[in-house]
Amino acid sequence: MALEAPALAIEDLSHAFGARKVLDRVSLSVGRGDFTVLLGLNGAGKTTLFALITRLYLSHSGLISVFGHDIKKEAQAALRCMGVVFQQSTLDLDLTLEENLFYHAALHGMRRKLAAARIGEELARVGLAERRRERVRVLSGGQRRRVELARALIHNPSLLLLDEPTVGLDMASRQFLLDHVRGLCTSQGLGVLWATHLIDEAGPDARIVILHQGRVRAAGERAEILARTGEVTLKAAFDRIIADGAAKRGGETS
Amino acid sequence: MTAAQYGICLSGVVRREALRWLNQRGRFISALVRPLVWLAIFAAGFHFVLGVSIIPPYETYIPYEVYIAPGLLAMIQLFNGMQSSLSMVYDREMGSMKTLMISPFPRWFLLLAKLLAGVVVSIVQAYIFLAIAWFWEIEPPIGGYVAVLPALVLAGLMLGALGLVLSSFIRQLENFAGVMNFVIFPMFFTSSALYPLWRVAEASPVIYWLSEINPFTHATELIRFALYDRLNLLSALIVTGYLVVFVFLAVWGYDPGRGLIARRAGAE
Repeated sequence: MALEAPALAIEDLSHAFGARKVLDRVSLSVGRGDFTVLLGLNGAGKTTLFALITRLYLSHSGLISVFGHDIKKEAQAALRCMGVVFQQSTLDLDLTLEENLFYHAALHGMRRKLAAARIGEELARVGLAERRRERVRVLSGGQRRRVELARALIHNPSLLLLDEPTVGLDMASRQFLLDHVRGLCTSQGLGVLWATHLIDEAGPDARIVILHQGRVRAAGERAEILARTGEVTLKAAFDRIIADGAAKRGGETS
Repeated sequence: MTAAQYGICLSGVVRREALRWLNQRGRFISALVRPLVWLAIFAAGFHFVLGVSIIPPYETYIPYEVYIAPGLLAMIQLFNGMQSSLSMVYDREMGSMKTLMISPFPRWFLLLAKLLAGVVVSIVQAYIFLAIAWFWEIEPPIGGYVAVLPALVLAGLMLGALGLVLSSFIRQLENFAGVMNFVIFPMFFTSSALYPLWRVAEASPVIYWLSEINPFTHATELIRFALYDRLNLLSALIVTGYLVVFVFLAVWGYDPGRGLIARRAGAE
């Protein structure tokens, strides 16, 4: 593993379901300690991209590597340094918070004693340590998300992937998650890929990748994207990029 | 990953399956009540209708309740195999499958762990059933209670693997009722669970041959013989053969490259 390898590197990745192309020559990278926002409307291909990065299924073209580990050839090494929060909740509602987290720890081969300590730390960080013996079912949507975040971090990953983590949450919960994850980037050097369709989740210092209809339309610092489009707000820049993409696509097909 | 870590992973998966079973009251109770309903009501109704002649492994005439008990043990395992595996098909459960699949252990091992976890739960249920069935005078020899354990392991693995195969291949199983109608009931009724096959042969040769190739028949016979401390080698070999085929198909079905999960995702 090259020491300087980025947390996540995707090169020329394409994927199709039957005849429908969902991702088209996507390239992007997430550096160590980077908070990268993957912006795209619903159906842009974000969830498919996540499924490919996490090896739920494999793509036949392109390359995905996590800290230099090719997801196809060194899946185990790649998955070991990855924490994931999926779009849909994946908690067992009838189990307690800690039972859910112990299960995850076991799936990473962590001894129970070590797992117990890590669970305590991570639940404390999201303010739910007191409730570790309650069933997930009694928690609110925002609290469940926090548990999922804690769970994704139990095995000390160096890359964290979050697929629309704030959907359906109230403002306070959203802000909590954003602040918490951004804090982890700075304090622990965690590389983060945060997929969302909510433009205001891309803070002033975030790196941004705009995905539209399966293609990367723009990537870079916020300022670069604003400069390139000549817009003042990210929202306007995003709309312009999407409109340009649609026009281009229309031109290609006509 | 070290061998110890594989052990930790396996015990974690088993533990979760057991906790889920205990915590879902409805599933827990219905798993216990279902075979008892068959035993208490169905078998009582047919007690005088169906006489069972002396056929191996039995050494004397037996009441109908005694005849169907092994089939009900296999039914517990069939339900369990279908339920724990097919639950993966549903949305929320698809989520829990994701949690499992992104574990850094090899996928074949994760599927095997999931399979074993289901078998452990089904065996606990089977023994609880046997304990209650004792009150219906289903009293196999003490040795049978021990000998049935490996039979339950083998039959449970085979039926669980079948569930895994179905969960990876079948896209449109909207709910459990579909599985009941198209998998569980046909398998249960075209088997030796409810009536001896020589009787079926007299009535319909077609159904007789369907029953003969039905894996459930051999799971039932394997359990039936083991419960009376005897080995039905043919059934053991056939169950093992089906197990190998189903495991192979399940690993293929969950292979991320060929991706039946991928195809299903594409259909969303």
